[in-house]
Amino acid sequence: MNVATRDHGDWVVVTLGGEVDLQHSPRLRKLLGEVMARRRPVVVDMAGIAYIDSSGIAALVEAYQTARRQAGRFTLAAISAPAMRVLRLARLDQVFAIADSVEAALEPA
Amino acid sequence: MIALDRIFPARPERLCDIRHAVAAAAAALGCAENEISDVVLAVDEACQNIIRHAYHGAEGDIVVRLSAEGDRLEVELIDFAPRVDIALIHPRPLDEVRPGGLGTHFIGAVMDSVDFPSPPEGVGNLLRMVKRIGGEP
Repeated sequence: MNVATRDHGDWVVVTLGGEVDLQHSPRLRKLLGEVMARRRPVVVDMAGIAYIDSSGIAALVEAYQTARRQAGRFTLAAISAPAMRVLRLARLDQVFAIADSVEAALEPA
Repeated sequence: MIALDRIFPARPERLCDIRHAVAAAAAALGCAENEISDVVLAVDEACQNIIRHAYHGAEGDIVVRLSAEGDRLEVELIDFAPRVDIALIHPRPLDEVRPGGLGTHFIGAVMDSVDFPSPPEGVGNLLRMVKRIGGEP
C-alpha cells in the first residue's frame, strides 16, 4: 500500500494505491483519522488501488462516518475497477460520495 | 486436481503471499479473471477471520488448499486454533453502514457455498468454500 496526502486549496487529497489489506489498513485508518481531525473536505484518489479488502473498506467507512458527524465532505474519486467491485459488493457505491476524477471532486459544489 | 496445498503463517504480512499463491493456483485450475478475483477475495477475507478471530493475533498456521474437479472449485482452509463457535459467524446487514462485518458478507457473495465440516483429529477449524467455475469471463 502506498498513501500520501497533499493540500489543494481547502481540500485534503489522499492518494491511495497498491494492495490495501489487513497488513496495511491499520496505517490507513490512523492516517485518515489524522486527516479527518483537520476538519477539511477530503477526497481520496483511488485510481492506483490494485486490491482492497474489508479491512481497507472499513477504514474508509470510518472516515465517512466521521465526516458525516462533522457535516463535512468525504469523497472517493477515480475509483479503480478492483476497488469499485468490492465497494459494489458491499453496496457502498450507493453510500459514499463518488467522483469520476479528483478534479471533478474538487470543483465547487 | 490439486493446485495448491501449502502452509502459511497466520500473519497479516503474509496475506499478500497467500493471495498471490491463490491467484496462481486458481489460474492453473482454469478460472477466468473475475473468478480469480472472487476466489482471492474470499480466501483473503477468510484468512483475516482466522488471524483475528481464531488465533486472536497469536502465532499459528493456516493450510490453504485449492482443488477443482470439473467446474467445481473447492477451497479448504485449516487452522490449529481453538474451535470457533460457528453460530457467531454471520455477516452484518448491508443497510447498517459501519466499518466491521463485511468480510463474511464478501465470502458469501463471491462463493457458491461455505461450510464448516467437522475438522479431522488434531485440527482446530476447517472451512470449505466452493465455487462453480468456467463461466463467462
